[in-house]
Parts: sequence; structure tokens; C-alpha cells
Amino acid sequence: MSLYGRRRRRAQLYFGLCYLSVAIGLGWLALILGTLIFEGSRNLSASIFTQMTPPPGSGGGLLNAVAGSAIMTTLGMAIGTPLGLLAGTYLAEYGQHSKLSSVIRFINDILLSAPSIVVGLFIYEVIVVRMGHFSAIAGAAALAVIVIPIVVRTTEDMLLLVPGSLREAASALGLPRVTIIRKIAYRAARAGLITGALLAVARISGETAPLLFTVLNNQFFSINLNGPMASLPAVIFQFALSPYKEWQQLAWTGALIITAAVLALSIAARALHGKGQPR
Amino acid sequence: MRVASEMAIESAESRPAKDQLARVLLGFRLRDTAFRLLALASAWGVLILLGGVIVSLIAGSMPAIKAFGLSFLWTEAWNPVTEQFGAVAPLYGTAMTSLIAMVIAVPSALGIAIFLTELCPYRLRRPVGIAIELLAGIPSIIYGIWGLFVFAPFLQQHIEPPLIAAFANVPVLSSLFSGPPYGIGVLTAGIILAIMVLPIITSISRDVFATVPSILKEAAYGVGCTTWEVVRFIVIPYTRAGLIGAVMLGLGRALGETMAVTFVIGNAHKAGLSLLAPATSISATIANEFTEAVGGLHTSALIELGLILFVITFIIIAFARLLLVRLVRQEGR
Repeated sequence: MSLYGRRRRRAQLYFGLCYLSVAIGLGWLALILGTLIFEGSRNLSASIFTQMTPPPGSGGGLLNAVAGSAIMTTLGMAIGTPLGLLAGTYLAEYGQHSKLSSVIRFINDILLSAPSIVVGLFIYEVIVVRMGHFSAIAGAAALAVIVIPIVVRTTEDMLLLVPGSLREAASALGLPRVTIIRKIAYRAARAGLITGALLAVARISGETAPLLFTVLNNQFFSINLNGPMASLPAVIFQFALSPYKEWQQLAWTGALIITAAVLALSIAARALHGKGQPR
Repeated sequence: MRVASEMAIESAESRPAKDQLARVLLGFRLRDTAFRLLALASAWGVLILLGGVIVSLIAGSMPAIKAFGLSFLWTEAWNPVTEQFGAVAPLYGTAMTSLIAMVIAVPSALGIAIFLTELCPYRLRRPVGIAIELLAGIPSIIYGIWGLFVFAPFLQQHIEPPLIAAFANVPVLSSLFSGPPYGIGVLTAGIILAIMVLPIITSISRDVFATVPSILKEAAYGVGCTTWEVVRFIVIPYTRAGLIGAVMLGLGRALGETMAVTFVIGNAHKAGLSLLAPATSISATIANEFTEAVGGLHTSALIELGLILFVITFIIIAFARLLLVRLVRQEGR
């Protein structure tokens, strides 16, 4: 009886700790989101989206930063997604069991978790040094490098979920491989592929480290891809570490905007994934 | 397909129809080949990307490697004015913050994963799992700004002074918790990192736990084990390799994390013992100084730091992936 009681108490103790860690994890999420909403919404108004980032000591908005982030994210996706999609297609459709594929899979997994600041250094060496100046193109390239492994991974996984019988049926009709992939496999895996793209957007829209020394930052509105451009994360970084109250306030607002966008994207991706694929 | 098409050609009656069919089939074949080559080239692109990262980092750090050689690794001085650079302070900061993060995050993550797989009512599993994964989705700069404005002042006022007072007379701990409470420093960065790696370790451990065959668990319950004993003696030993992989992956993330650490570590080029003192890490040093580095040697030393970081994380992630690869493939994700 006492042995049984001891075992039961030990189980209760450890499971109590499990419950505690869940509470801490969820509590921390609530704490961060709560602070963000509280601090960020304080001066959230239409002028945030219509005015430029101000000089210290005066009011303003984040228009140039939001626009810059949108441009570079779009461009990064435009470069990264097709490449990732094609590479993922190769892994899933052509070289499923080849040696090259397993090497690429491994390398891709490493790129997937490689520190993003190293990507920034890489693009700095390859593009910024060559061009001689910071530019939005370099920033978009850095984001594309982050996008590629994400898209490769989801594309391969999603295509592998498409039943082989669909491909065989199409092949029996005499369709060439390219048509089978594009008209059958892509279409069957569409929800999953979109999920992957959404996750990639969510990931890069908050990335800061690779932008710091590829696009730098810009106090003014600019859509010149060949020059420095403002971006939301870079502005938050600069403003939060500044001693000016107005700038810090804007940093909070920017943080709220980014987080809301990123969380909305990842929730949308999850909802889509849940609907499209039986898990 | 080739057989079918040849039969089609033979069965075609007239010459023009035959030609037309041949042209269509040729077109198919050309497009097919073009697409396959395009896919193959993109796949090679992934390899080239990694090669490019390594080559460019080595090329960029060549001047610093030539100037300092291996002594870069054990020199503490970091002085842009006299162009003396050493990696000890950043390496130490990166190692210490990651260590603190892992000490906090690993047990909590395992606790959450156990909760999600063994204790949680079925209906709550998905929402709780998603909530934890949302923590991973929050961009690192958000952790940084939150840590700087909310968490660091809190630590400074309510946690660090009692820590200093409590350990003032304990031999080893007194030097770990010495100095004035700044709020920002190694400890703060470590705790913030712990929150950031928690969801990664949690979600992988949960997936790994799910691979335990239920027959093993049922057998254990059958001989009278408590739920905790099933977890302790069946689930954890069965999934050991996967768990180590999860922890290593979390460690890889912690080592390379940049923005959050940059905000709260304090950016002082010192490798002191005190956890409360400001320090620096590899990523924070690069993020802070890179755009302001004027001398070629300074830039090069920063790139060499990046190279060191990349090599370390490469080894850790590769190891983690090797441990996980079988399980992950099984899961199809």
C-alpha cells in the first residue's frame, strides 16, 4: 500500500511539473501578446499607414517601412518560390530515391535551420560588395535564400502525399510527365503548396538579421530597388534602441503590426492545411 | 509511354497524320526534358547555395584568418581602433546564453510534450499544440523588444537584487550572481532564448513521442505501471535518439538567434563570470557592428565570427538531422 502510494505521489509530482510547464508556456505567450496589444495599440491610428517615419521628437507613421517590407517580401517570394517549387518537384517526382536527392534533402534541412544572420553575411559578400552599395535587391535576395528551403521542404512533402495511382492513371492516358506534374500533382497538392508559401511569407516578414547589412534602412519613402529601403523590422530595431520616446512608441506599434500579420498568416496556413489534407 | 506512342505511329494510316503525331510526341518529349532539367537545376541550386555560403564566408574572413591565425579563437581583445580582434567574448556569450536557454527549455519542453501526448484531453490537444507553436511563429525581434522594455526592467527590479543578496556568501554562486543588477545581460538573454527554443523542442518531442507503439505502452500498463512510469521507462527510452535530435535542433536555433539576443545581452565585449553582467554573443556582435565597421580587418573579423557560428551550427544541425531523419521521414513531414 505504501509502495503504491509512493509511486502515485511521484507520478502526481512529475505530472504537476508538466502542468506547470504548460502553464508557463501558455502564460508567456499571453504575456507577450498582451503587452504587444497594450503598448502597440496606444497610438495605432490611420496616420501610421499614411505618414513617413519621423525625425526624433515629432509624430509620424510607418508608411515607408510597411511599403518597403511589402516590396521586399513580395520580391523575395517571387525569387524563392519558383526555385523552391522546382527543386521540391525534383525531389518528389524525379529523383525520389537517388543519392543526389538524399544529399539535397540533408543540405536543405540544414539550410532550413541555419542562422539567418549568416544568410545576411553571404548576401553581403556576394551582392552588396559586388554592387558597392546596399540595396533592396540584396535584401530580397537574402529573403529568397530563406524562402527556398521552406518551399522545397513543403513542396516535396505535399507532392509525396499525392497518391501514385493518380499519376499512373494520367500516364496511362499518354500524358507526358510534365503535364502530369503540373496538371495533376500540383493541383492535387494545391492546398499544401499554398500552406508552404504562406508559412514562408510569415517567416520572412519578421526577419531582421539578414536585412541589416543588405538593405540597411531608409528614413524616407523609396521604391528604388537599387538603393537602401526602409523595412518594418529594421525600423523597429533602430527605433526601439533609440532614446526617444516617440520612436520607441512607433517601434511597439510596428511590432504589433508585424506580429498580427505573421500570426494571421500562420493561422490561415494551419486552417488551410487542416482542411486540405487529412492528417 | 514510348511503346504506346510507337504503336500509335504504326497504326496511323496516312503520312501527314503520322508526321503530325510524331511532331506532337516530339513536343511532349522536349517539354518533358526541359522541365526535368529545370527541376534538376533548381535542385542543384540548393547545393550551390550551401556551397556559396561556405565559400563566401571563407573568402570574406580570409584577411582576418591571415592576420590572426588560430589565435583568433583564444584572444579576448576586441578593439577596432588598434585592429585587435579575438573571438573569446562572443564565443563565451553565445555558449553561456545557449547553455542557460537549454537548461530552462529542455525540461519545460519535455513537460509540455508529455502533457500533449499523455495527459491532455483529446479535445484540447490541437489548440494547446497550436498555441505553443504560435510562440515559434513570433518573430525574434518581437522577443527582443519585449525583453528590452518589459522583461529586463522586471528582472532588474524584482529578481536580480534578491539573487545577488541570496548568493552573496555562497562560494561559486556569488561570482555567478555578482555586480550591479543591470537587467540586461547573459541571464536575461538566456531566458529569452529559452522561450524561443521551447516550441521547437516541444513540437519535435511531441511528434517523436507519437511514434511509440501503443502496444508497448499497453503492455506496461498491463503489468501495473503508473502513467508516469510508462513515460519514464517506456516512452522516453524508446524515443531517446529523437529527443536528442530535438534538443540539438533547439540548440542550433539558440546559438544562431540574433535579434532577441542583440536587444537584451548588453553588447559589452567582456567574458566575465557574472551572469548578470552585460556581455555579447557572436550574432549580436555581427548585428551591432557590421554596418559600422570601417576597417577591412574589422569587417573580416566579423565575417570570421559568422563563419565560426555557421560551422558550429552546421555540425549541430547535421547531427540532429541524422538522428531525426528516420523518424521525420516516417512522419512524412
